[in-house]
Amino acid sequence: MATVTQSTQEVTPSPSPERPGGPGRPLRRLGDRVFSGLSTGSGVAILVILAAVAGFLLMQAFPALTTSPEVLQAQGYGPFLSWILPFAWGTVWASFWALLMAVPVSIGIALFISHYAPRRLAAGLGYVIDLLAAVPSVVFGLWGSIVLAPAVQPLYLWLNTYLGWIPFFAGQPSGTGRTLLTAAIVLAVMILPIITSLSREVFLQTPMLHEEAALALGATRWEMITMAVLPFARAGIISAVMLGLGRALGETMAVAMVLSGAAVVHFQILTSQNPNTIAAVIAQNFPEAYGLKTNQLIAGGLVLFVITLLVNAGARLIISRYKEFSGAN
Amino acid sequence: MSKRIEVTDLNCYYGTFKAVEDVTMTIQPRSVTAFIGPSGCGKSTFLRTLNRMHEVIPGAHVEGDVLLDGHNLYGNGVDPVNVRRQVGMVFQRPNPFPTMSIKDNVLAGYRLNAQRMKAREADELLERSLRGANLWEEVKNRLDRPGSGLSGGQQQRLCIARAIAMQPEVLLMDEPCSALDPISTLAVEDLVQELKETYTIVIVTHNMQQAARVSDETAFFNIAGTGAPGKLVEMGPTEKIFSTPDVQATEDYITGRFG
Repeated sequence: MATVTQSTQEVTPSPSPERPGGPGRPLRRLGDRVFSGLSTGSGVAILVILAAVAGFLLMQAFPALTTSPEVLQAQGYGPFLSWILPFAWGTVWASFWALLMAVPVSIGIALFISHYAPRRLAAGLGYVIDLLAAVPSVVFGLWGSIVLAPAVQPLYLWLNTYLGWIPFFAGQPSGTGRTLLTAAIVLAVMILPIITSLSREVFLQTPMLHEEAALALGATRWEMITMAVLPFARAGIISAVMLGLGRALGETMAVAMVLSGAAVVHFQILTSQNPNTIAAVIAQNFPEAYGLKTNQLIAGGLVLFVITLLVNAGARLIISRYKEFSGAN
Repeated sequence: MSKRIEVTDLNCYYGTFKAVEDVTMTIQPRSVTAFIGPSGCGKSTFLRTLNRMHEVIPGAHVEGDVLLDGHNLYGNGVDPVNVRRQVGMVFQRPNPFPTMSIKDNVLAGYRLNAQRMKAREADELLERSLRGANLWEEVKNRLDRPGSGLSGGQQQRLCIARAIAMQPEVLLMDEPCSALDPISTLAVEDLVQELKETYTIVIVTHNMQQAARVSDETAFFNIAGTGAPGKLVEMGPTEKIFSTPDVQATEDYITGRFG
């Protein structure tokens, strides 16, 4: 930031005693003051908004968390924890599978665009990927339940028959194909663009110097990528994945339209009994909710908020562990 | 370990632009050959053809032959990856891998061969390479620290250690001292004198005193004008080039009378 000191404005370089504003206090121009005020204001605003959201969630969730189980039981809700647990599990489990599918594919596409594809093809492909991000989630939900679910159902039968000994693929496979795995596939397609775009940007930032260093040592292109590009991009990839995960955790419409969720906790992803996700439960129940039910749903939102927070804190921790070797020093 | 390089009728292109024209030269083993010339005369471009790094840039290609002890680097079926494992390179700006420790940087090239190396062998190679680059004493207590934490001169010697850990036949240096202070430059120049006992060294430099100090042979490159290809004007023993060159342009360049 450019600050102009009093002494540079005066002709005499030595500090004069009668200078206004006290010794060593820099004069600040109007433009600097305005801009610094604006940027500080924006920074504070985001904190205020976050605090307001957290405050709202806490206050509104309070009744659901503190009302005695007996009263809840009497109104037909059951204890909060046993109510939220299946949905929290469904949220995390569906997002896990979505990431498992989306991350390798996204990084593959990003690497293809940044390091393998001819320039013209790369530009076109990048554009198409960004376009995918603009598709509304309702459309993805429709596609998932009408097109994708019947299409993958035979695959599920196959997985169940031949890989059924793996707990995930066990159980009675769904006849409609509208399972947790289908929801996860839809989520994967939805988070693919954001992970791809961000990773591609980071890959393109790799200094030519380091790529050439690897090539000059006799690295093949793939070895060059593992030596120079991926380590350099590690923090960026983690950030990209976290943004994708954030979207997957909070996604409502696509999941609500694909899954007919239930309140169950199990590892099986091909059966017709699937845990719902928090966001979908809130959306499906909120219109008819009143009184304590509303509080319960908002408390569910609070849990989702906490999950997201924990995931992001974890990602920060991973990034800071590699700080010294990030190349930023 | 060190080999002779024979270049015949070499043309380098960037797309359709001809950057270097008709270079024919022989580079002696166990000696230092310096390339001098004004900016843009193609000396770095030409250097990068000697380990097939030129073609890394999209559209760049080469016509002509480069023989390394009789084997054509540009022959049919020659894998550039194998060429680069035999011909090491040190770049203008120090470029240790920032995400790797000092130790991993030195062993980076060796690990590419995907051989399982015993810990003891790796440590020996590490020490030998770092001693070879006159860096061992300075870093032996912090081998697991990031290479990017070293000073510029140390980083450049780390890059030299990384290159000689591959035990190459030839070591190419592209203005290795241009980003270094005079003391680090001296350290690298001393190192070049030691390394020529083992390797064939080719060094590009803008610093004519440096060429005079370190090299046995000097090649002078020049261009006729902007857009014209660079050419090898004259090559000979360094003493002769710097005292009684055959070509007027060489004399003008080394005495600073230019254009």
